[in-house]
Amino acid sequence: MEQISEKEKVQAYYEKYHWKITFKRMLKDWRVYLMLIPLIFVFALWRYLPMYGLTIAFKQYDTGLGILGSNFIGLAAFNELVNDVLFWKAFRNTFMLSFYGLMFGFPMPIILALLFSEVKNQTYRSILQICSYLPKFVSLVVVTSLVSLLCSERLVDLDGTVAYNGGIITRVLTSLNIIGQDAKLMKDPQYFRAVYQVSGIWEAAGYGSIVYFAAILSISPTNYEAAKMDGANKWAQIRYVTFPGIASTLTIMLILEIGKLFTVGYEKVYLLYNKTNWETSDIVATYVMRAAGMAADGTESILSKAIASSADLFNALIAMLLVIGSNMIARRVSDTSLY
Amino acid sequence: MVKRLDVSELIFKIIAYTLLTIFAIFCLYPFVYAVSSAISGEEAVAAGTIVLWPIDPQFKAFVEVFKSSTFWLCYSNTLFLTVIGTIFSMFVSIFGGYALSKRRIPFNRALNFLLVFTMWFSAGLFATRFFYDKSNEVFKALGIIDEKWLVVIAMGINAYNIILLRNGFSGVPKEIEEAALVDGANEFQIATKVYIPISKATIATVALFYGISRWNGYFWASQVITDYNQKPLQVYIRDFLNTIMAQDSRPVYDGFAQESLFYCMIVSAIIPIIIIYPFIQKYFAAGVNLGGVKE
Repeated sequence: MEQISEKEKVQAYYEKYHWKITFKRMLKDWRVYLMLIPLIFVFALWRYLPMYGLTIAFKQYDTGLGILGSNFIGLAAFNELVNDVLFWKAFRNTFMLSFYGLMFGFPMPIILALLFSEVKNQTYRSILQICSYLPKFVSLVVVTSLVSLLCSERLVDLDGTVAYNGGIITRVLTSLNIIGQDAKLMKDPQYFRAVYQVSGIWEAAGYGSIVYFAAILSISPTNYEAAKMDGANKWAQIRYVTFPGIASTLTIMLILEIGKLFTVGYEKVYLLYNKTNWETSDIVATYVMRAAGMAADGTESILSKAIASSADLFNALIAMLLVIGSNMIARRVSDTSLY
Repeated sequence: MVKRLDVSELIFKIIAYTLLTIFAIFCLYPFVYAVSSAISGEEAVAAGTIVLWPIDPQFKAFVEVFKSSTFWLCYSNTLFLTVIGTIFSMFVSIFGGYALSKRRIPFNRALNFLLVFTMWFSAGLFATRFFYDKSNEVFKALGIIDEKWLVVIAMGINAYNIILLRNGFSGVPKEIEEAALVDGANEFQIATKVYIPISKATIATVALFYGISRWNGYFWASQVITDYNQKPLQVYIRDFLNTIMAQDSRPVYDGFAQESLFYCMIVSAIIPIIIIYPFIQKYFAAGVNLGGVKE
């Protein structure tokens, strides 16, 4: 009896002085909070304040009045956005780029990791790995410049003489009859997605294989020995030992990749996008840039800022739903999740 | 039976060696091609006949690029952004990550959530740009004319890198901190003298990620920096490509094609990365393995 009331007393004390205690605990660790200040400063000003800026989606923004003072227009900009054929085209292009990325870009690192694990000569394997990681560390400006120059089209003068044979990739593909002689890889919308995916594989597949390679290395060699004893050939070993061994890594990576379906790397698209290929290269981010007058060819109207914000908000909300959803699934499937 | 096993393994091995060798060549080829084009003669570059090796080599294009003072200005701007930017990012991220790793402090969960939330939801291009422009005005009003400071302070700090550091610090046994506390060390001393030296590998990995992304940064720098004298190298290279693509007739140079100039710039932008590459590659695997992040 006595004891319980003692406990209750403590409980009541904590409840009564909850904030005081918390404050005291914070004060005791004031140095830890001080270390947080630069981070809070940067994130508050340049990550969270722009989120408040998204409210421009519901305003007819006027520079003189500021965000708070501008006229509230409700969903007028959203209405305009969802009725814009070009927006849906950009939305579809965004999705298609990520979807093809998932189809072609996702399996490549896994295949590479499988092959790397087969190269038993350590020195040769390191050389191969170092070569394949390199493109990841080169800037997107360099990557896209190389892509534009290597894929540039053949130039023929008016009198029929060839002024320029075209970039090496155009030349090789033409000689293999994969594309016609006057194909314009960088300008023709039908080639954009292929150019984007192949250069994406060139850039990221090698580096992406590290995580799978580590997973394969962690599989115990005795499993392979046992499989061999049971008469499994190489393909059976991959099917019944390697794949189960990397299944959890693979699931997580796949789910996270699905979560990123609407966060296409806009920088690369922006660098490869031009007036002639935008039929397939225009994504939501470039749509926003055009609407807001950030790109060189942007035209502004009264609602353009609100429309740009609406498109941003729309994209960000979908992206967030996908990420949270895929993380919940990842957590359920295996108990590791990224966040 | 045994023989058949050997055959399937042998076939797979041959396939692995062949495909990987092809892939490695595929990865390296554009760089070799760029170097060859940079030092090939005018005719070969203009007609597009280079396949792998340079044709009638010249080094005038490199000389021409290195003579340009704008080039060196942009190069030094990039160096500034890389060195100062990485130091600033590391300062903020190390102390931020350290503080967030302290589960005992009140509001730890909320603060961690606010960090992770920025990975899920971002304000998007327009609003971000809007506030960068506003900050630019404020910086100018405060007397910070150099637009590079906005790039250093406002951009580049990455939630994922902070999580890597936080997890690294969380992995340090609690007893070490308690022992230091008993010895009379305060939280600053514990962070700088105990935790940072212990977590050297994680810190090196994150510094590498920051350094590379600072060196390669293009988009926001191109949007925010208006003064031509403060542009980084990547913006300079991209602007030159735009000039090449937009012009109707080719300007004539002494013994080399205009594209060679461009390839020279690309090569000079990659060289620093190639130089540090052998030293940093041991951290790649570490960086990815740390990716098994858990809240």
